[in-house]
Amino acid sequence: MKKYLLVLLAVLGVAFTSTAQEKKSKNAKVDVEVKGNCDMCKKRIEKAAFAVKGVKSADWHSDDQTLHLIIDENKTTALKVQESVAKAGHDTKEVKAEKDTYDNLHGCCQYDRES
Amino acid sequence: MKYTLMLLCAFGVHNIYAQDTYKGKVLDTYNSSIEKANITVNDSVVATTDKFGMFEVTLNEPSAVYIYAEGYEVLEAELTDKDQFYTFQIQPEASLNELVVNVNKKNTERNKGITNSQTMNSGELLKAACCNLAESFETNPSIDVNFSDAISGSKQIKMLGLTSPYILIAEENIPSVRGASQAYGLSFTPGTWVESIQVTKGAGSVVNGFESISGQINTELIKPGNDIPFFLNLYGSTDARFELNAHFNEKISDKWSTSLFVHGNTRVKKNDMNHDGFLDNPLGSQVNVMNRWQYQNLEKGWIAFITARYMKDEKQTGEIDFDKKQHKLSTLKWGSELNTDKFDASTKVGYVFPDQPYKSFGWQNSFSYHKQNSYFGLNQFDITQRSIYSNFLYSSIISNTLHKFSTGASFMHDDYSEFVANYGNRNFDRTDTSYGAFFEYTYDNANNLALILGGRIDNSNRLGTFVTPRMHLRYNPGEKTTLRASAGRGKRLANIFAENQYLFASSRQFNILNEGGKAYGMDPEIAWNYGLSVSQDFTFLGKNASLTLDFYRTDFQNQIVVDMDQSARTVNFYNLDGKSYANSFQAELNYNIIKHLNLRTAYKYYDIKTTYGDKTLERPLQAKHRLFANLEFTTHENNGSYWKFDATWNWLGAQRLPYTGDNSAENQLASYTNPFSTINAQVTKVFSDRFEVYVGGENIGNYQQHRVILGADDPFGNEFDSTIVYGPIFGQMYYAGLRFKIK
Repeated sequence: MKKYLLVLLAVLGVAFTSTAQEKKSKNAKVDVEVKGNCDMCKKRIEKAAFAVKGVKSADWHSDDQTLHLIIDENKTTALKVQESVAKAGHDTKEVKAEKDTYDNLHGCCQYDRES
Repeated sequence: MKYTLMLLCAFGVHNIYAQDTYKGKVLDTYNSSIEKANITVNDSVVATTDKFGMFEVTLNEPSAVYIYAEGYEVLEAELTDKDQFYTFQIQPEASLNELVVNVNKKNTERNKGITNSQTMNSGELLKAACCNLAESFETNPSIDVNFSDAISGSKQIKMLGLTSPYILIAEENIPSVRGASQAYGLSFTPGTWVESIQVTKGAGSVVNGFESISGQINTELIKPGNDIPFFLNLYGSTDARFELNAHFNEKISDKWSTSLFVHGNTRVKKNDMNHDGFLDNPLGSQVNVMNRWQYQNLEKGWIAFITARYMKDEKQTGEIDFDKKQHKLSTLKWGSELNTDKFDASTKVGYVFPDQPYKSFGWQNSFSYHKQNSYFGLNQFDITQRSIYSNFLYSSIISNTLHKFSTGASFMHDDYSEFVANYGNRNFDRTDTSYGAFFEYTYDNANNLALILGGRIDNSNRLGTFVTPRMHLRYNPGEKTTLRASAGRGKRLANIFAENQYLFASSRQFNILNEGGKAYGMDPEIAWNYGLSVSQDFTFLGKNASLTLDFYRTDFQNQIVVDMDQSARTVNFYNLDGKSYANSFQAELNYNIIKHLNLRTAYKYYDIKTTYGDKTLERPLQAKHRLFANLEFTTHENNGSYWKFDATWNWLGAQRLPYTGDNSAENQLASYTNPFSTINAQVTKVFSDRFEVYVGGENIGNYQQHRVILGADDPFGNEFDSTIVYGPIFGQMYYAGLRFKIK
């Protein structure tokens, strides 16, 4: 379990620092951890991501629990996207969903929450 | 607690274990356990899940595994922690977008896209006897394959009840079967060259031009980059047709690869099963050679293809005793020759912006030369076409990938020279040049609604300047229900002689009844096509099934009417004066009866009417009702070896026959045919992924058209007509072949 978290942090850490150090890109590729289960989740997560202005491409995969984004850094940040996704009910790396929102998700979307 | 994520994040963790046992569970997307999912390591199955979806596996070291269950996508994962209880969730196969790992992928798949389209892969093509493109549609209910006429031996196809001139047939998105090659072009592409075929019902996209009316068929050929080093196919049949296909492939570097495809076919024996003194199918031979080069640099985002191809096809038919050296163009014996030379060269360049995968451009160029010299009795017909085609396409997004667009420009130039003996020994030399620009907008709400709005403006020397609008919509009211709608306009110039050249094999006089128009004195053909489709997936007795209902209507504003109903002595061509429409309805039911056994059935209803002279009549040689059923069964694979069984049943209702009332009594036909059915079947034994053998039969019920040629005893007399073909001419036919691959 501990190993799992460490690996996860390492992977995501690399992903974030590498993008953060570059100057603002119009087409920045960012991968964000987002929790979910099924196709229904995929639709909800992507919809929430697209609702953020500046998100050009959003593609969530259940197998790696990652939302693959291309964003215009002049207009938005990965954090803003995570806020929007969490508001829709899905935990992300940095922002967690409200309990009420999570509880209202469809049964098949009740992903396992961490602690 | 779910650890799926960990498996993929855990790359690079190299703990050393000795003979450890890993445990876990396989679930579907609704968290139900999956029984009989296989866990494989290095291509061997190391564990299978029990009825609770649980598995247990002992491995020497942490390993990458593949998890696969019938009907689901393959999941790649790693087993690294023996203390872990793994939970794997696998996706149903239906959610495949494209190009994921192909394990037991269906041979024909209804696409998930916005247009009503299907993709047939090479597995589907293998089900037909010997296949060139025309024959490969025999197991697809959306396309009707007609019976080959006695002269060319080639089969014509119809979509929504309309013949191939109304279908845009493209090869690698370059329009290929058109103009001079309209009648026989499908028989110029050998089936083994084909990687997949996309069939789109209805208006289709504007990207490939303005000519399509009832549908689009695009063929993708095998890409040198994915090809295997060597492939050999040999085929022989009881109607004395032999085929050879050999493919050679070389990967020259990590960026360049090339394939050489060689095809030859021949029929050497004269067949006259119905004893009418005429050959049932032509003698002939074809040599077809293609060389393709592929350049691919995925890091930089470039891909390119260069293709060159040459084909020579010769056919001879007519009376059994016809000798072309002695009897050509004489009234001693009736005979026909049809010789075609074809050369094509094309290039394709594509670029995808590496940091913006949604942004790309593509540029295609092609040149083709097509020369046909032929005679049908005394009716000489020669046509040569030189074509240049260029299409540039740019795709990107508007603010995000929910709003995509494609735009571009195209150029097309056709130079024809045509000689028609049957129409006053006249030459119809002509040049068509058109250029146009198109824009297509695609909206997808990433949930249940998507639409395509497309339009193009073209200018052509004979068609003028005109707009082609097209629209497609997809809506999913529920998880398993898909609604589709489409509407669009198409416009084209009819090449009346090339398209209807089989009619030269009769004593009918060709007449053109209009003057002053730009196409042989007539006007362009214009039609609107509208379609609605509903598709429902469901389970019946625990097995997957789907039901699709399609309704399409094609409304001609103008059509070049081919009228064989005024007299058996003439065929008249004229602008539509009245109405012409084609309504088609198809109900298709697919059912996976048991594992490895699939049933596909369809009922088709066609209401196709045109005003001929002062009467509005059903289109001749078109069954109003058709039934179709295809059953495929594959045995369980054992060391790469298995059997495949496939059978197709087609039933055709009564078809209206053209008017023959002014012939003498013995050469008159009834006004309708009797219904009949045909059965084709095939058995393939796959010995390994390298070698397979197949045998099959066509028209096993041995149905034969009662009378094929009218006035056969006097082929240069008034009543000779070999063009009214509504059923199989040749009786039952059996074949055998083999495929050998080096991978």
